[in-house]
Amino acid sequence: MTMTEKAPLLAVRGVKTYYGNIIALKGVDIDVHEGEIVTMIGANGAGKSTLMMTIFGKPQAREGTITYDGRDITRMPTHEIAHLGIAQSPEGRRVFPRMSVFENLQMGASVNNLAHFDEDLEKVCAIFPRLKERLQQRAGTLSGGEQQMLAIARALMSRPRLLLLDEPSLGLAPIVVRQIFDVIREVNRKEGMTVFLVEQNAYHALKLATRAYVMVNGLITMSGSGKELLSDPQVKAAYLEGGHH
Amino acid sequence: MMMEAPAREPVNFAGLLKDAAFAAAIAFGLFSLMLGLKTDQTLNNQMVLVPRPGLLAAVVGLVFVGRFLIGYWQAVNAGKITKRKAPATPLALKIEKYGTAAFVGFLFVYPMMVLGTAGPSGAIKWIDNLGIQILIYIMLGWGLNIVVGLAGLLDLGYVAFYAVGAYSYALLATSEPVREFMAGVVGPTFWPLWAFWICLPVAGILAAFWGVLLGFPVLRLRGDYLAIVTLAFGEIIRLVLINWVEFSGGYAGISSIPRPSFFGVPFNATESGFAATFGLEFTPIYRTIFLFYVILILALITAVVSTRLRRLPVGRAWEALREDEIACRSLGINTVNTKLTAFAIGAMFGGFAGAFFAARQGFISPESFVFLESAQILAIVVLGGMGSLLGVVIASILLVGGVELLRELDFLKAYFGDNFDPAQYRMLIFGACMVLMMLWKPRGLISVREPSVFLKEKKAVSSDLVKEGHG
Repeated sequence: MTMTEKAPLLAVRGVKTYYGNIIALKGVDIDVHEGEIVTMIGANGAGKSTLMMTIFGKPQAREGTITYDGRDITRMPTHEIAHLGIAQSPEGRRVFPRMSVFENLQMGASVNNLAHFDEDLEKVCAIFPRLKERLQQRAGTLSGGEQQMLAIARALMSRPRLLLLDEPSLGLAPIVVRQIFDVIREVNRKEGMTVFLVEQNAYHALKLATRAYVMVNGLITMSGSGKELLSDPQVKAAYLEGGHH
Repeated sequence: MMMEAPAREPVNFAGLLKDAAFAAAIAFGLFSLMLGLKTDQTLNNQMVLVPRPGLLAAVVGLVFVGRFLIGYWQAVNAGKITKRKAPATPLALKIEKYGTAAFVGFLFVYPMMVLGTAGPSGAIKWIDNLGIQILIYIMLGWGLNIVVGLAGLLDLGYVAFYAVGAYSYALLATSEPVREFMAGVVGPTFWPLWAFWICLPVAGILAAFWGVLLGFPVLRLRGDYLAIVTLAFGEIIRLVLINWVEFSGGYAGISSIPRPSFFGVPFNATESGFAATFGLEFTPIYRTIFLFYVILILALITAVVSTRLRRLPVGRAWEALREDEIACRSLGINTVNTKLTAFAIGAMFGGFAGAFFAARQGFISPESFVFLESAQILAIVVLGGMGSLLGVVIASILLVGGVELLRELDFLKAYFGDNFDPAQYRMLIFGACMVLMMLWKPRGLISVREPSVFLKEKKAVSSDLVKEGHG
């Protein structure tokens, strides 16, 4: 556990989320401190993405509170949450296929009205040189890895303090996954950006993490530093067998 | 085309004949009742069936030969490995750019041209029936294009806003209290002369208001569900207009709606009329030409506004919303406001067009605002290529102008007999066009989307390169 005295940047307390009458999150507590990379691993249907979406206000938590930077955002509409400096790269990339890469990045910067657009464009192009080559191309014609890069770049365009990444490794080749994780680490180190990462690719995600949580069936069952969880026999057995690349 | 087909396979004539016979059999089944039999009345008022074997045989034979030729053509071409054509998109963009400018220029001289060639009496038909009619649909197409083409909200009830605009103008302009009030404030001749120019923005605003009103309940809907609700909305507006007789006159509609004046100068034969004021001989053609320019300007305003909006954050948000609503939300875009503005602005242009329609006709009734109108406007947008302004123009000319031209094809009577009215076949032709379009250009005539921003040079990517179902 980190021993920061400051209050966490993002604090989730006792959050319960339902889809109709079906409970998806059964009381989740997590903390994300400024400057950390916090990872959440878990199997399909554990509720990882639901937690991610609940933080972003769609669906809203039925019980519990979510505090960001001292403000209660539990009942806030999604677009207002985005204006507080939280950016999300949603599951499955979700780039705008018929718009160019450039326009996709513009959309990412629409929260702050393109105020620092040129500067930020250069920055993300430096991080993802591949995107720079393809600025005028339609996003739908990019490869899966490039689309994921674009999804992250688009999220970075809003200059977030907290970056939420939902399964950035989904459906990507191992070498591309490594590139993506390298970028996440780089953004965290260089810019000091706080990252909350939801992943199934436990090995890479835990190696990257300052701290990590394990979610099973809508509950947090384990937490600790990335290293601790990596060497934990239970985690190894459940999530890491055969997962080394 | 088929890429993996082996080169130079002998053409399988037996198979082709079988295919053609099958198509002919279907055609026979379809047309045996539709064309093969005709009901007629005898002099004693009795209904008799007149068989028409010759016509039926001709149509079935045509289908047989046609299917055979298509099959043969396909078989011959199957061997060639046809490379996918490199998308010649810069050309398409060039056409869009220069073609539009040339077309606008042509429209401005069109009335003069017609006047010069057909004379004042012949020109009315060409300017009014063809020119104005097409321009109304172009404007409606461009307005709907904002909702359907840019924001991706499938609206099947667009004619409702057209109706709101038309009735707003008609009711206000013919309203006795308003006329009396205006007579008291600025004089008795003011209102009939200026009603159109004052009511035009009012009609737009009211239509936009109804757009927002429709927008609210359908915020959570997309695709098919949205289409059904908007369809119902269009019908509700029409049914209210039919049944609320005290308000709208019901089926009888509203008549003697004031015509637009030339900014205060009426188009009539009096001393203060347009012709007398400008020292011209009175003919009704001046009003028609003036109306033509009014709708031309209104349509151009629609085009300019929608191209400008596309470059603004709200326009980009519309397009992003069409692509992916969830991604939009995660980027902090207020999807509620974005959808409502799309509905409102699209409806506003529908309202303008409606007010113009009422002023041009001088008479409106619910008959003009049936679902078929919505379908036709939507067909124009889809046929033209969603989001493309020039596409809408081409599609309007084809669909609206084409039907008008059908009436001109008198020579066909020589072949099909005196009772043949080509205009009756417009829906058949319309349907055939749609089927052909879906086969050859499923994304519309102009399917290139021009990026609204570009770095060094304009480059567009043809939609052919993007997976089907992604747009």
